[in-house]
Amino acid sequence: MNVPAAWYLVLAAVLFGIGGYGLVTRRSALIMFMCLELMLNAVNLTFVTFSRTLSDIGGQASVFFVMVVAAAEVTVGLGIVVAIFRRRSTTSVDELSEMKG
Amino acid sequence: MIKIPSVHYLAIAPVLIFFGASLALLVTSALRRSRLSATAATVFSAKCSLAVVVVAVFQWLYVSQHGASETISHAIVLDRFGSMATVAVALGTLLTILVARDWAIRTKLLGIENHILIMATSAGAIMMAVANDLVVIFLGLEILSIGLYVLVAMDRHRARSAEAALKYFLLGGLAAAVFIYGVAILYGATGTTTISTMSLFFAANYLLHPGLAYLGGALILIAFAFKVAAVPFHNWAPDVYEGAPTPITGYMAAVVKVGAFLGFIRVILSGLGTNLDTWRPLLFALIVLSTIVGASVGLTQRNVKRLLAYSSINQAGFMLLGLWAGTGRGIASTLFFVCTYVPVIIATFAIVGLVGGATDDQHDIESYRGLGRRQPWLGAALALLLLSQLGAPFTLGFFAKFSVVAAVMDAGGTTLGVITMISAAIAAAFYLRWTQILFADPEPDQARLKVPGATGFVIAFGVAVVVVFGIWPTPIMWLCQHAAISFLP
Repeated sequence: MNVPAAWYLVLAAVLFGIGGYGLVTRRSALIMFMCLELMLNAVNLTFVTFSRTLSDIGGQASVFFVMVVAAAEVTVGLGIVVAIFRRRSTTSVDELSEMKG
Repeated sequence: MIKIPSVHYLAIAPVLIFFGASLALLVTSALRRSRLSATAATVFSAKCSLAVVVVAVFQWLYVSQHGASETISHAIVLDRFGSMATVAVALGTLLTILVARDWAIRTKLLGIENHILIMATSAGAIMMAVANDLVVIFLGLEILSIGLYVLVAMDRHRARSAEAALKYFLLGGLAAAVFIYGVAILYGATGTTTISTMSLFFAANYLLHPGLAYLGGALILIAFAFKVAAVPFHNWAPDVYEGAPTPITGYMAAVVKVGAFLGFIRVILSGLGTNLDTWRPLLFALIVLSTIVGASVGLTQRNVKRLLAYSSINQAGFMLLGLWAGTGRGIASTLFFVCTYVPVIIATFAIVGLVGGATDDQHDIESYRGLGRRQPWLGAALALLLLSQLGAPFTLGFFAKFSVVAAVMDAGGTTLGVITMISAAIAAAFYLRWTQILFADPEPDQARLKVPGATGFVIAFGVAVVVVFGIWPTPIMWLCQHAAISFLP
């Protein structure tokens, strides 16, 4: 069975949307990180799909860059969360009310 | 068989120097038994910044002789536009390293992490400005951002620092994801991520269904608007500016703008340039909102770091004007604006950092009451820097604002020119209020601020640039115009 490329693109768009929605609405920093990862992986899926339809290797190569960046980003993000957690024992962003606005 | 692309090392030398120096410091400090002294690291980083300036001058001369070229299979451009950006970033790095050293001594956070991260971040900023491939711009953006997330969280004594970093991280991560999704979609629409190939594709093909290309371009535009803190994507800026250590705030305001704006120019005017009319309404909205909201919300701020954040949002609107114009003149004027903003804003934040004190949290505008009476030199320096940001005549900022507005009028954007000038008049109110407090009657028993040598040098440098080139802007203008010529195809 041959799945049309458009389906993959729609799936990727939906995943990206779910990630974006989660990032905006969820209040736990860790869940927000997961949403960020979901968005980046939706991008990877888009890249691979287009790479396949265009028969061009460039898109697949880009995926590696995105993966490395995603890993580096989360490493730093978790470091920041740990630094905050040491002070306040919470990862909820609602508790971070030192600054207004 | 994988073909290894040819590498023109002169083109990537600035990035290599900054990143190599940063890695060298990191490895040396890890291998040595005794602690590496912060002074040695400062001297080393300052030398590296100067080396990058020298390399950029050689790049400029090389391009003058041989013309602009692409290298590493079209991923990196060697042109005068890029060299100009490199000089601006390297100068910003040098000034920040000097200010950050005195800050580290004041707050007792001495270490060499600052130097390592600042140089790595600068490598990212330069990479964004010389990239000719959207994926390379993404990498530059992330190298820039990831370094900054850590730098913002650097102040262990204040809880706000780490909180600002988390906020910056989450919104910056969202912007990065939106950017790369835009790249993926543009890749699907055009079959390439190389900017110059993309512009050829758009010039050679008439798209019957341009929806995909427009969506990709719009996502990239939104991501850049996030990075340069244009309204309505500016919410992070005041909090992050307030929470970050003051020298880092100055660095963000200066170097991130260089990287993001010049990368933005490459994408929107080179890659998507043939469709500029499509993007103009979006840019129009961003400019009007940024200038007006930045100026009017800035009026209500009492914390000077937040005030400067809104001021920089207002300035970002002005910098976008050149992109809206899209002409050679527009590019030159935005380049002029961005490059001259670097020393001015870093020097301003150097003074803000001094007033902030050992805890780096005395940022209420009332802390400045009478500063100009107690210490006339420092007061006059801050007043000059503020007047330059306001755009007062005989300062550098006047020519920056004049040139972008003139470029927009030239391209037929009279409405836009008038609106931004009105916003500048509103913004003048908060700069002048600050200046007025500066020279008000002082509180009786206030200690004099000690100005350490390195910070003093940075402030003097900023003021000298404002005054000298405020009266005689021709050299910088000439450089920017020539940079814009070699950039346009």
